Amino acid sequence: MNINSNKYTYIFAVVMVVLVAALLSIAATSLKPFQDKNVELEKKSDILRSIGIEGEDADALFAKYITEQLVIQNGAAVESEVSAFDIDMASAVALSAEERQVPLYKAEVEGNTYYVLPLRGKGLWGPIWGYVALEGDGNTILGATFGHKTETPGLGAEIATPIFQDQFPGKKLFTEAYEGIEVRKGDAAGDQQVDGISGGTITSVGVQTMISDCLAPYKKYLMSIAAATAAPAVDTLGLAADTTLITAAL
Amino acid sequence: MSTEQKPAKEGLFSKKNRALLIDPLNSNNPITVQVLGICSALAITVKLKPAIVMGLSVLVVTTMANLITSLMRNMIPNRIRIIVQLVVVAALVILVDQVLKAFVYDVSKQLSVFVGLIITNCIIMGRIEAFSLGNTPWKSVLDGLGNGAAYGGILIIVAFFRELLGNGTLLDYPVVDMLGLYDFGYKNNGMMLLPPMALIVVALIIWVQRAKTPSLIEKD
Repeated sequence: MNINSNKYTYIFAVVMVVLVAALLSIAATSLKPFQDKNVELEKKSDILRSIGIEGEDADALFAKYITEQLVIQNGAAVESEVSAFDIDMASAVALSAEERQVPLYKAEVEGNTYYVLPLRGKGLWGPIWGYVALEGDGNTILGATFGHKTETPGLGAEIATPIFQDQFPGKKLFTEAYEGIEVRKGDAAGDQQVDGISGGTITSVGVQTMISDCLAPYKKYLMSIAAATAAPAVDTLGLAADTTLITAAL
Repeated sequence: MSTEQKPAKEGLFSKKNRALLIDPLNSNNPITVQVLGICSALAITVKLKPAIVMGLSVLVVTTMANLITSLMRNMIPNRIRIIVQLVVVAALVILVDQVLKAFVYDVSKQLSVFVGLIITNCIIMGRIEAFSLGNTPWKSVLDGLGNGAAYGGILIIVAFFRELLGNGTLLDYPVVDMLGLYDFGYKNNGMMLLPPMALIVVALIIWVQRAKTPSLIEKD
């Protein structure tokens, strides 16, 4: 047979492509469960990392510390067909803030309650995401982690490093003046500002937009937590009683 | 094929065959002598672990690609041979990528696009075109192993120095800290983590190699 004839060349090409396609589909399908498990474990350890917990067995730690997974829409917990953990943030943020159903993870660590909210937004080249963990008051940030798909290494990609993330603990999400965290150029001050990455302005601004955008659906819910925790805190300190005495004296 | 019709049968590890395996490690090294595959050598040698995984991946791909194309060498139509080579290499690379994603997810994330870019690694296509299309499967496997190991070896040497000097660790194990060098005012050299330093380390390896192997020095 003449292996350089047109007929042979066509047959060879078709057979080869079909065989390779079949082989690759079999491989992709049979490895899918393992890959999905890896993605799930990564998500769990990302959530845990935002509340400062790291360890080998993300599955067990997640089951131990994350006590509740709520689906939030428009500031209230709702029933949803999809479980909170399986919500795809990429398609969720495409909806308007009122229509979104977003997950909220409640964690118990050594008697303290923390709330973890997922974030998803746009960087310079592609998607960026992260998790913000809030303390029991639903306002003070306990920790934040960020990730990105294709931000520039050394510039935008720095949002995924401690240099950037370590600025977040202790900041407040809500004050009367502003809701969210502002990413500033080198003059960050106060409870609601962090320094951006030099040379990574668009990614830094992306982080700021992402936080205020993703915060919107949670606002009412978090405010109600803040209100609930603030009131009894005053009582336990005995301040309420003192103020009445002072007013009485006046 | 004239090589196959030889009356005297050649031993599996005859002198010639051993040369196929060993030559790439020194006098015919793909990176330091042929200067192929430099791009990935710069990108993934910041740490030792990704470098080892990348070296192994390239070793697997180049060996398998050499074997498969050598087995098919008498069936491949000459006019589409480059496309056939590409399909074989691409299929193998996708397989490697999928396996890494399933079993060493963290490393696969660090290697990111570079696993996919093994396809464009000149060493692999170069060895197929230059060697396996004209040689028996066993010789091609040896050639693939030799070149893959040579590439991986250089990656590991470069990554060893970059991680040790740039980060003070080896395989994430804090070697410098253990030795207590920080107490004497030693500081990690952050520049080692930047891509240009990989080029300088490769150049130093080339220097040492040429100094030791006079046959590599060009006469002018």
